[in-house]
Amino acid sequence: MPISYYLALSAVLFGLGVIGFVFKRNIITIFMSIELMLNAVNLAFIAFGLALGQLQGQVFVFFVIVVAAAEAAVGLAIVIVIARNRQSLNVERINLLKL
Amino acid sequence: MLEHLWLIPLLPLLGAASNGIFVSRWPRSAVNAIALGSTGLSFLATLEVAREFANLSADQIPWLRSYFTWIEAGSFRADFALQVDQLTLIMLLVVTGVGWLIHLYSIGYMPDDTGYRRFFAYLNLFMFFMLTLVLAANYLVLFVGWEGVGLCSYLLIGFWFLKKTATDAGNKAFWVNRIGDFGFLLGLFLLFRQFGTLDFAPIFRNSAALPVETSGHGVLTAIALLLLAGATGKSAQLPLYVWLPDAMEGPTPVSALIHAATMVAAGVYMVARSHVLFTHAPVAMFAVAVIGCATALFAATIALVQTDIKRTLAYSTISQLGYMFIACGVGAFGAGIFHLMTHAFFKALLFLGAGSVMHATGGEQDMRLMGGLRKSVPWTYATMFIATLAISGMPGFSGFFSKEEILLAAGTGPYANSVIYVLGVITAGLTALYMFRLLFLTFHGVPRFDQKKTHVHESPRIILAPLAVLALLSVVGGWWAAPHLVGGLNYFDNFLKLVFLASETSSSTDSYSGNSQLIATVFGPPMVAAFIGFLLAWLLYIRRPETPKRLAESLSAPYRLLAGKYFVDELYALLIVRPLVWISANFLWRAVDEESIDGLVNGVAREAGEIGDRLRHLNSGNMRTYAAWVILGAVVLTTLLVWTVR
Repeated sequence: MPISYYLALSAVLFGLGVIGFVFKRNIITIFMSIELMLNAVNLAFIAFGLALGQLQGQVFVFFVIVVAAAEAAVGLAIVIVIARNRQSLNVERINLLKL
Repeated sequence: MLEHLWLIPLLPLLGAASNGIFVSRWPRSAVNAIALGSTGLSFLATLEVAREFANLSADQIPWLRSYFTWIEAGSFRADFALQVDQLTLIMLLVVTGVGWLIHLYSIGYMPDDTGYRRFFAYLNLFMFFMLTLVLAANYLVLFVGWEGVGLCSYLLIGFWFLKKTATDAGNKAFWVNRIGDFGFLLGLFLLFRQFGTLDFAPIFRNSAALPVETSGHGVLTAIALLLLAGATGKSAQLPLYVWLPDAMEGPTPVSALIHAATMVAAGVYMVARSHVLFTHAPVAMFAVAVIGCATALFAATIALVQTDIKRTLAYSTISQLGYMFIACGVGAFGAGIFHLMTHAFFKALLFLGAGSVMHATGGEQDMRLMGGLRKSVPWTYATMFIATLAISGMPGFSGFFSKEEILLAAGTGPYANSVIYVLGVITAGLTALYMFRLLFLTFHGVPRFDQKKTHVHESPRIILAPLAVLALLSVVGGWWAAPHLVGGLNYFDNFLKLVFLASETSSSTDSYSGNSQLIATVFGPPMVAAFIGFLLAWLLYIRRPETPKRLAESLSAPYRLLAGKYFVDELYALLIVRPLVWISANFLWRAVDEESIDGLVNGVAREAGEIGDRLRHLNSGNMRTYAAWVILGAVVLTTLLVWTVR
């Protein structure tokens, strides 16, 4: 299978993540969109690794997974605090620092 | 002790440090012990140095000790080096000896207030800088001492800093000295450019080898004239003398130590130290003599009509410093240093006596409100009488020998100048006139103050003891330099001759030995002038005390000129001070500082603020907008990347 197929799938997934990130209002959904983008990148890494016959692509994927896990842990903790304080998950209302 | 020369200046510095910093709550007796002890030990160390100095062989002089390299930059190198030769030794003895006596006097004189400790700290600090100045073995160390004594002078003139006139006088002294020091500094730069060093020995050795610049065009003439500018500032000569009369705002012991005996003589010392440079620049020599002569006469005339006892003495000091400059200017450096020494004795005595009078009358300084104090303060009167005889040059007293030697050199020496000689003789007469006027106004006649209110009392012994010692020195201080002419050994001149070997030709009176014709023609006029001065003073102030007032009325124009001190202060104010203040206030302050510099700084800040004010609207608080920006940025970057790779 040519590498362009994988890359096209990766690009589609990334684009969906971007769209979700920009247009959704629910923090959880936004969060999931980020995960989607990360995994799209992972897919691209693996595809390149396979095509070029190198291990670095797979190694990077592990790094990304670890960082994503850490980010999910911190991010979800923040989401819980926001949910408790605001009784809402709408990002439009998280604007304390707004001028 | 010669190995540890550094101890001599360091001891007073330690005294200043401990009195000034460490012991804030120690009792008065501890402050006294530190101040007196440090200067006293310094004096003893100087005596020990003098004893060991006598055993040195001629090739060991000047005795030079370099302690550490102070500055090293490129080809420039300056060591912290001290040296002792005959000239330094005499200055050391005068500074530490007279300095110690004045410290002793101050203990009895200064009021016991919060400033007591500060006063002694400053005084000790002054001793440190003055001793550094005279011990210096290169111009840079000398300059450190030079500036340091200027600083102490400023601090002590403005000692009573709550008094506006005192702080103004301090500022004036500092600024006027700055003008002279600027010249001095330029002279040092030129010295370094010419000789590549600032050490005394190589400079004097190399400049002695240069030809004498008779035409007046040359680097040595320029250097000598610039050094002279520094000396006129420090030694209060025309045209920079204006600070010294105002310096009398300081406490009286300060006037005695700094503004009469030691610091103001630093200029004379420096000129004498640089004698090789000056003798190779006859134009500069002539300038020294002319400035000295003009100052001597000028200040003596002003002193004739002053009513403030300390100001009279201040003008007298300026006049006597003029004599020392005449001595240097006519090549008689030894005579100049000799007059410096005798002047230190009798002028310190006069100031301390004036302080004692002020002490007795409750702080009165106006001689018009004194009179008839002779009976109530007999010791002060007796010592001041001796000092007056000495400064007037009455035969046998110290001032007689030094003044005669200067005028002898002015009349017959290698640089003899008959105009300078005649003016010097006239000044000698004026000196006797104003000094006896001071004495008669203060101590003779009828009391002109309210005797019920002012209880006149003799000062305590601690004040009188230094007076007595200085009175003794004022009498005998000149004897060891009595020239051969009058049967003396002239030890002083022979002692100093080794220093001035290169330049002093025949200023000493040895060659005239036994020529009675010459005694009459050269020694006669100054003596006659002094007696005439004395007789005039006696006539005007004892015999007919009402004449001075009538004289002032009938000669009102010259009187007002003198009483107004030739209006030099007013002239300087008109020509220099007021234009400077006007330019500062209107141009430098408003146009340059407020408009340009402040405008630039404030303008930059205002512009930054305005730009920020516009940009802050990007910070909407809407997270999705931020995300859109991030994505936009990523798209732009990626596009650029793809573009450039391709």
